[in-house]
Amino acid sequence: MKKELLYTIPSLYRDDFRIQGYRFGHGKKALCVVGSMRGNEYQQIYTCSQLVARLKKLEGEGLLKEDREVLVIPSLNPSSMNIEKRFWPTDNSDINRMFPGYSLGETTQRIAAGVFEQIKDYENGIQFASFYMPGQFSPHVRMMKSGYENVEKARKFGLPYVVLRIPKPYDTATLNYNWQIWETNAFSLYGSATDVIDEKSARQLIEGILRFMASEGILKEDIENSELSEPRVFTDRELLAVRSKTSGIFINLAEVNQRVEKGQQLACILDAGEGEVTERLYAPADGVVFFAHSKPLVYANTAVFKLLA
Amino acid sequence: MIMTVVSVPLPVDEQLEIRKSRFCPDNGGNGRRISIVTGIHGDELEGQLVCFQVAKRINEHPDRLLGTVDLYPAMNPLGIDSITRGIPGFDLDMNRTFPGGSDGSFTEYLAARVVEDLVGSDLCMDIHASNIYLTEVPQIRINELHREKLVPLAMEANVDFVWVHGANTVLESTLAHSMNSLGVPTLVVEMGVGMRLTQAYADQLTEGIFHLMGRLHIWKDEEIAVKTPIVSSDSSDVIYLNAPVSGIFMKRKNHGEQLKKGDEVGVILNPYTGRILKRLTAPEDGWLFTIREYPVVDEGSLAARILKNKGERQ
Repeated sequence: MKKELLYTIPSLYRDDFRIQGYRFGHGKKALCVVGSMRGNEYQQIYTCSQLVARLKKLEGEGLLKEDREVLVIPSLNPSSMNIEKRFWPTDNSDINRMFPGYSLGETTQRIAAGVFEQIKDYENGIQFASFYMPGQFSPHVRMMKSGYENVEKARKFGLPYVVLRIPKPYDTATLNYNWQIWETNAFSLYGSATDVIDEKSARQLIEGILRFMASEGILKEDIENSELSEPRVFTDRELLAVRSKTSGIFINLAEVNQRVEKGQQLACILDAGEGEVTERLYAPADGVVFFAHSKPLVYANTAVFKLLA
Repeated sequence: MIMTVVSVPLPVDEQLEIRKSRFCPDNGGNGRRISIVTGIHGDELEGQLVCFQVAKRINEHPDRLLGTVDLYPAMNPLGIDSITRGIPGFDLDMNRTFPGGSDGSFTEYLAARVVEDLVGSDLCMDIHASNIYLTEVPQIRINELHREKLVPLAMEANVDFVWVHGANTVLESTLAHSMNSLGVPTLVVEMGVGMRLTQAYADQLTEGIFHLMGRLHIWKDEEIAVKTPIVSSDSSDVIYLNAPVSGIFMKRKNHGEQLKKGDEVGVILNPYTGRILKRLTAPEDGWLFTIREYPVVDEGSLAARILKNKGERQ
């Protein structure tokens, strides 16, 4: 493994902004893995750093193919994480809305361009992503349905679900979308958490990546697959949203991955002054809880659950 | 008359309301309508003074009103009240949520109700103030997809500059793109700087609005003379000066100034050493229509925009 400085911006008062990469093997650019792009993506940087540790170990055991190159970048944005700010410290812009970037443009456009130049030629690209709504997900692989998506490869992670997202206008400036346009097989991996560390979820995603690497011939040995079932593939529009009608204190009664029956109570919302239940939320169909809101307060009209029927 | 456009309860004993102020003649008017929208970004306040001045003039001369004027001074009331650019609590740019959806999230629901309310306007004007970093001369920005319909209107708005820019998929989620796509001509004004009011610009745009209202038969008055703006639709006409290093930026020229090639536009300073790290100069003759106001720059921060001189501009 080689630790490499991939991109840097000198700063007047802070330490320099640095993006570090960990490169394994050499030769065919087989896989690039990107961790956190936003300052609150703690689970993403944690998972990525654990992946680096695991790959180091595998490399030491001689289990990585020498003629395949893997690049892992745990953080594209240490400057924001170090001050606990989600977006770019000075102008609040989102690096994951700047791809493919512009090397003569604004700061985050330059960061996106500088990184993308180094990661656009990999055959496969994985990003540990986070959702814009606060909540927990059932771990899954997500891909943009851009016409370039490779569903068969996505199955190789052996995660329970593969979700195809119909791109919205703002998606066109994300890393995942641009990777696909540049003919990289791009996958976003979602674990259950973002701003807390979930060890189990991290392990599940790392195992998924190792299975994928084995299927791509990057690992010399296969990973044990005996307990895996065939992933379910669906588009995000197939998820049933359960929405709050009122605002208040949110009491969640259902967990991610829990199987629920039609009519089962999933949550209640309490009046913040008098503590009385103002709304009860029920499952509209039999299914599995795929996404659950995770904040103590809720606004009206929020999709607090997404069920997979 | 102040009307509620959308009202949503917040978790703890508070109602989020987007309101508008409607002015129309006692007889209901001729059915023509202009909507003036501002405050989508909570840190852009120049439109506050414009709304105030439009309302004030209508109050002073109600007999001149022929149609309906709707003023929406606070599209993002929580943002304005908390000095936050986006929608607080969501860290979300409201101008990336349109056209929204009634079955969407909280923010998409707000966006959808606003769009619904604006439909039917003969003209919508969305007033912005750049951001807290940059000062702009009064200008109207137009997506090239809508140039045919919008440029003639923009020419009547008393601004200094009309900038027709390339289509960008990300901008499809702006209010202006949504309204223009729905057939409501919508002009995006950028002027002044965030967190401040500029009296001269408010006066200038107010005149432009009343002139346009005259053209649309919403207001009857003596003809108001307006400026003929510079129009640019060629992206290669605009020079961007980005900070080549991080440091403290000090402007040496003001927005609106004519520049000669080699003129010093600004400098980047190092307060530790007393040295100038970089001098930013005009690469050719042109008109400085954007200049950085906020001193701290990272490498890449936008410092200035210059429109290249092209022959007959005054």
